[in-house]
This record gives sequence, C-alpha cells and structure tokens, in this order.
Amino acid sequence: MIRLEKRPQPSKFWAAVTPILAVIATMIAGGILFWMLGKAPLEAIRTIFWDPLFHETFGPYSRPQLLVKAGPLILIAIGLSLGFRAGIWNIGAEGQYIMGAICGAAVGLAFYPSDNVLIFPAMVLAGAMGGWAWAMIPGVLKVKFGTNEILVSLMLVYVAENILASVSQGLLKNPDGMGFPGSRNFRDFPAAHNTDLIEGTGMHWGVAAALIAVIFAYILLTRHMLGFQVRLTGEAPRAARFSGVSPTRLILFCLGASGALAGLAGLFEVSGPSGQISIDFNAGYGFTAIIVAFLGRLHPIGILLAGLLMALTYIGGELAQLMLGLPGAAIQMFQGMLMFFLLAMDVLSHYRVRWKTPAAAQEGAK
Amino acid sequence: MTGDVLLTGDTRHKNALMTLEGLTKAYPGVVANDQVSFSLLPGEVHALLGENGAGKSTLVKMIYGLVKPDAGQMTLNDAPFSPVNPAAARASGVAMVFQHFSLFEALSVAENIALGMDNPPSTRELASRIREVSQAYGLPLDPDRIVGDLSAGERQRVEIIRCLLQNPKLLIMDEPTSVLTPQEVEILFKTLRKLTSEGTSILYISHKLEEIRSLCEHATILRHGVVVDTCDPREKSARELAELMVGDKLHVPTREAAEPGAVALSLSGVSMPSPSEFGTDLRNVTLEVRKGEVLGIGGVAGNGQDELLAVMSGEARAREGSITLAGDEIGTLPPGARRARGLLTAPEERLGHSAAPEMSLTENALLTGAVREKLVDRGFLRWNKTEKFARRIIEAFDVRTPGPDNAAGSLSGGNLQKFVIGREVLQDPDVLVVNQPTWGVDAAAAAAIRQSLLDLAQKGAAVIVISQDLDELMEISDRFTALNEGRLARPVPTQGLSVEEIGLMMGGAEGDEVAA
Repeated sequence: MIRLEKRPQPSKFWAAVTPILAVIATMIAGGILFWMLGKAPLEAIRTIFWDPLFHETFGPYSRPQLLVKAGPLILIAIGLSLGFRAGIWNIGAEGQYIMGAICGAAVGLAFYPSDNVLIFPAMVLAGAMGGWAWAMIPGVLKVKFGTNEILVSLMLVYVAENILASVSQGLLKNPDGMGFPGSRNFRDFPAAHNTDLIEGTGMHWGVAAALIAVIFAYILLTRHMLGFQVRLTGEAPRAARFSGVSPTRLILFCLGASGALAGLAGLFEVSGPSGQISIDFNAGYGFTAIIVAFLGRLHPIGILLAGLLMALTYIGGELAQLMLGLPGAAIQMFQGMLMFFLLAMDVLSHYRVRWKTPAAAQEGAK
Repeated sequence: MTGDVLLTGDTRHKNALMTLEGLTKAYPGVVANDQVSFSLLPGEVHALLGENGAGKSTLVKMIYGLVKPDAGQMTLNDAPFSPVNPAAARASGVAMVFQHFSLFEALSVAENIALGMDNPPSTRELASRIREVSQAYGLPLDPDRIVGDLSAGERQRVEIIRCLLQNPKLLIMDEPTSVLTPQEVEILFKTLRKLTSEGTSILYISHKLEEIRSLCEHATILRHGVVVDTCDPREKSARELAELMVGDKLHVPTREAAEPGAVALSLSGVSMPSPSEFGTDLRNVTLEVRKGEVLGIGGVAGNGQDELLAVMSGEARAREGSITLAGDEIGTLPPGARRARGLLTAPEERLGHSAAPEMSLTENALLTGAVREKLVDRGFLRWNKTEKFARRIIEAFDVRTPGPDNAAGSLSGGNLQKFVIGREVLQDPDVLVVNQPTWGVDAAAAAAIRQSLLDLAQKGAAVIVISQDLDELMEISDRFTALNEGRLARPVPTQGLSVEEIGLMMGGAEGDEVAA
C-alpha cells in the first residue's frame, strides 16, 4: 500500500526534478501509444526528440526552426506566468497574440512601401499595444464588475479569430493579391520585415525579445517589490492585501503585461516567419504557451527550457508525421500527456510517498 | 458518587465509569499520546488540562471513536470499550460537543438535531422532546428557529441538547466556553452540574484555569502526550495549574504604572458594512487610545473584531476624517501609508493573513517591514537587509526555527505568532493593534508576547489588544471595552471591573446606551 504524507514545506528538489520525470513518463506512455498505432516506439521517440537536431538531412532545416517556434512560446509564457503566479488566469493569450499581430501589421502596411527605419519600431510598439488593449478588456471587466477573467479572455480569442478572418479578407487584404485572402507579404517590405539577426539560425527579433523577457522576469520576480507582490498575491491573497498590495493594480498589471508580450509575439511572428496576415497564420501558440508556463514551473529559466522542449516536440512531431506517418492528433495527444504527467508528478513535491506494510494498511482501513 | 474526597488511584479505578490503560497513539514524527492511563468516576467533572499540542484532542478522539489507538485498552462500565467509529461510541453512551460546531445555518434547530441522530423520530415528536430536555436542563431553545439566527451560545445549546437526547453516560466537552459570555458560561455550568447530579460524567477540556477550578473535581494534566500529574483543581491556584501544564515557573507579565500621554489614535463614528457576507458590520465605533496605554477590546468572536482590525490596518477604508493618527487624518490611506506613519497591526489569522505560509520567514519579514525598515530601494528588494531583520525578530522573540529560510507554515502556531508580533513590535510602532495575540499559543509563549506588548506601551506606544481571552485583557489592559454586534461599549478602567460589568458590556447593554 502506498500512503501519501504531506510535507511541511514543498520540496525544492522535487519541484526541480518532476518536469524531467514528466518528460520521461511522457516518452514511455507515448512509446506505448505509438506501439499500439503499429509504429516502432523507439524510432518514433527518436524521430521526435533527436532527429530534429541531429539528423543529417533534416537537422540543418529544423535546427533554426527550434528557435523560430520557441521564441513566441517563451515570450507568451513569460507573460502568462506572471499572472498565473498571482492567481490571475489569462487563458486568452491566443487572442492577444492575434490582435497584436493585426495592430502591428496594420501600422506597417499603412506605410507601405516606405523605407523609413522607424517603421519596424512603430510596429513593435503597436503590436504590444494591441495585445495589451485586448487583455485590458477582461482586466477592466474583472476590476469593475468582478467578471471571471478565464471566461472573458477565452471568449475574446474567438472574437479575435473572427476579426482576423475579416481583416485578412478586407481591410488588410493585399491590393495586388489577385483577390486571394491575406495581406501583403512582409518579405517584400524590407523596412517592416523581421529578418534573422544571424542568417540561417532562426534567431529573429522575437527570439531576442523572448530572451530579454526571461531576464526581466527573473529580475522582477527575485529582486523587485512588484514581483514580490505578484508572488505574495498568489500564495496568500489576504496577506497581500494586508501587506498593502492593491488587487486592482495587480490584476491590471498582470493581464496588461501578459497581453503586451503576447501581442509582441504575434507581431514578430506575422512580420517574420509567417510573413503575412492570413486567416490561419496563428498556430495556437497562445494555448501551447500555457503548457510551457506550467512545464517551466512558472519560473523564467524553467520556461526558457520548457519552450525549447515544446518547440522540439512540435518540429519532431511534424517530422514524425512526415517520416513515419503518425497522425497529427497523436502528436497533440503526446503534448497533452506531457501536461498531464507534469500535474500528476506535482504530488511528489507536496507529499512524501511512504510504503505501508500490508498489516499496517489493514489496521488503518478498519 | 462524587469526587468530594480525593480517592486513591486504586479506589478510583475500582469504582470507575471509564478507565483508560496505557493508551498510545503516534503520528509520523510525534507521539501524541504515550501510555496515557486514568479513570473517570460516575458523576464527576474531570478536567483534561494541557497546553496546545499536549495531546488532549487526540485522547478524546480515541474515546469518541474518531482515532484508533496504537496500543492500550479502555473499559466502560467494566466492559472492554473500543469504538470503531463515533456512532458506536454514541451507542455505548459517549457523546461529544466539539469546539467548532457542525450545524447547518439554513436549517431549523430540530432539523439540525435530527441530522445528527442515528434513528431520528418524527419532527413533531423530536420538537417536543427538545422542548422537554431544554427546559429540564435550563437551556431555553426553540426547536423551530433557524440556526443561522442563533447566537454562538444558543448554537452550542443545540449541540448540547443533541447529545443529551441520547442520555449519555459520558459527555466530552472540548473548549466549550471559548465562544460564550460570562453569563452564558454560568448557565452552561448550571446545566453541567445538574447533569452530574444525575450521574453523568463529564470530561472537560479547557485552558481557562479559573473555570476548571470552579467546575471540576479532578484534573489530569498532560504534557507532550504524557500524564504528568493529577490533582484536585479546587485545591490549586490557577498559577499552580498553569505551572503544572508548562512544567516550569510561569513568568507573569509586569510593568510599572505610568500616566498615559497624548491621544495617539482616535476613531470617531466609524461605520462600515462588512466586506464578507457572514461578517459583522461596524456601527458607529468611537474610541481613543493614548500613548503609553493598553486598551483591551473584549467580545465574543464574530462581533466585528476582524472588521475593526481591517479598518485600522487600512485593508478597509473608512470615511474621510473618521480615523486620525496623532491628529492627522488617515482613514482613507492604504496599509503601506499607515505603516509609514506609525500605525502597525497584526491580524488574528496567522496562516494566510498576517503571514504567507509557503513563503520564507525572510519574505514574511518583508511583508509588513518593507516601508519602516527601508527594505526596498527604488522598487528593488534589499534581501540582505531583509534577512537581517528576520534574524533580529527570530533572536529577540525566541522564535524556534532552523533559520529565516524556513517557510512560515512550517513553524508551530506559537512560534509563528511570536514572529508576527515581533515583526511589528521591532518596527517601533507609535500605535500597535493586535487581534488575538495569544490565540493557540502555549502559556510560556503567551506570557512572552504579553510582556512584549507591555514593554512597548512602557516605551510610550499606544497598544490596542483585541482578544476573546478575558483573563488576558484583565492582566494587561489599562482600560477595557467590548464589541457587541459591531458596536463598541464605552471604555472603562480595567482595575476593579467586575465579571458582571464585563458580561453586560459583552452582551451589548452598555453599547445600546452609547448608541442611544
């Protein structure tokens, strides 16, 4: 019989080790899943985790993709983690990501084909503002009327998707696009294009912004009063109020920061790797970033690593679809399992597992 | 048979209603009860005395069938007794009134009592039996009233009558008077004496020593899970009993008398709806506290204590001009600004209100110390300085912990309370407001905390102590007042105050006068 015993304080050691255990458990369970689908399990795992980086033919193509995918995930997850730490649940980063992309792209496209150097900075600013404003809607509603930010932010994702569909067929449609939906491609608009900073690495401005965000978040949470207030509110909301934290300001700060970072991620994506506003340019980064935030334990460095890992499963998953004919849904399930195991493994950091002899167990059951 | 004569162990054992023999229960890391043996005579009020964590609760839980002992035997009426659950204990004639009531507020008294019975009779029959029993024992109670409308004392009657309906041979009472006014305590004691005259035994758990001296005939004293002594509490002084519990000489807080100075904090006509649905609104609260003075605020729990603290800490804002600190208006200021001006507070609930349980002591030192101790420099945290502040608290207030990196929640209640009070006292407040400073704290720690509050007043600070422990307020406060349904009685000098006057203030008689 296994018995769980609550630890007096959560174990730091296990909190650090559980993500690794979760990855291993996911590999095992995933292997069984692939085996039941009739694929060789070891080969599938290798294709997902190893080949994207080290395969002779695919490696050179997929290595830069790692940063391209991880950049927006990390950037969004860092923002989300601030709110999650404080118990403020912004689930609608996908919507803020879309709105940031639309606002940023609109500013750029408005000046087409100018080559002013200020265009790209203006787009970055507009992208951040777009995401910020979209996140302020659940923020202000929560502060003023006590609405649930989970529902409001989530529903605003669908609103944003419809706005995206609308502008890509109307307002921002490429006038020279021969009627196809979608905006002009930023590849043909050098002043507004988010290019690789180092050719062929996938290291674009968004990746740089993600790294800067990691550093800022780390300093904020460990060295700054505002970060302390964020953590305190999450740990003990009543103590936070007693300490003098204004819940209103904190809600607006957390939602605003996560919205702005998601908006930035959207702008960097649309002006770089994706290239244009199109009906489905958004790839669900806003939702996947939630998994990244938790997989990284809401810790900036953890999120950096988790973002890279999650990007790897994306690329590896595509590779597995291509090479082994694994269905796309199996890959999504694989990512879902990762989240599932992570949450389940949490038990280990809060509880001590003890073995009970059968005799003692019987005693207890009486 | 009563315990008029202190019988020898053997005689007690022979005539006992219940005997406990070598009861032992261990939890991981702690032995809650170690070889506990004693016996209960029929018709005896038997006190179980001990500090928090001495093992009283575990012991009665074993008798009531909630916890299974690791070793040892019990007998009831000379037959082996080992209840597997509370229903079995009740069937054998053991009943228990818990410290925290388990009543449904939306249901009537009769419905609540029916829910607690194993085979409830029809509602009408039950109602008439409730009336019968409540009259017979002097506990007036209307079976049709909704529990949500009852006072704490009346709610306790519901629990007691629920037990009495089962004609128990042994009634266990866990801290029954903590929610009662002195008058209600008197009614309860009359009932209990009537019960014992009919042969029912009562196992009475309390840390209120004066009550035990007036009610109980025999006392078993537990310390760290072991029976350390038995005595007749009527022959001991409260202090002797306390020292038996603690196992050490008890330090009684003292200070030199001093003339109070200028008015430090004043509230005038503060009214505030409670932020919580089940809270109490503050009504027209007016008070003044002077430098060097300790003002005690008594009252039964839930009469607006939390709200009064919140309106002073700044968690709730008052009308402009209704609260002044040294003459300056502060009623609309947030907590941080009030701290900066010298008004510090310590709420009742340690875990989650005055401290964040999962954060380290260093972080908890920052929680209220940021402003006055200058632990923040242009928004950036000065961790070294904060840790030094935490260490200073730990040293000055003898907080038992491996170090400031430990989580607040890993400390025992008493140690965390010492930390919380120490954190405020060391910030050198002009006015300190504390709610239940020694709640759940062992006697030695409580004495240390009281002494620190008196020392603070001696140094010229104004201190407001909100507490439900009347003995504590009598011991340390210069003036006394009480909260009743959100109204504050007019403060009077503590010296020479009689129990009757205190009871009237807690019951609101004085408060009405002020309001009128």
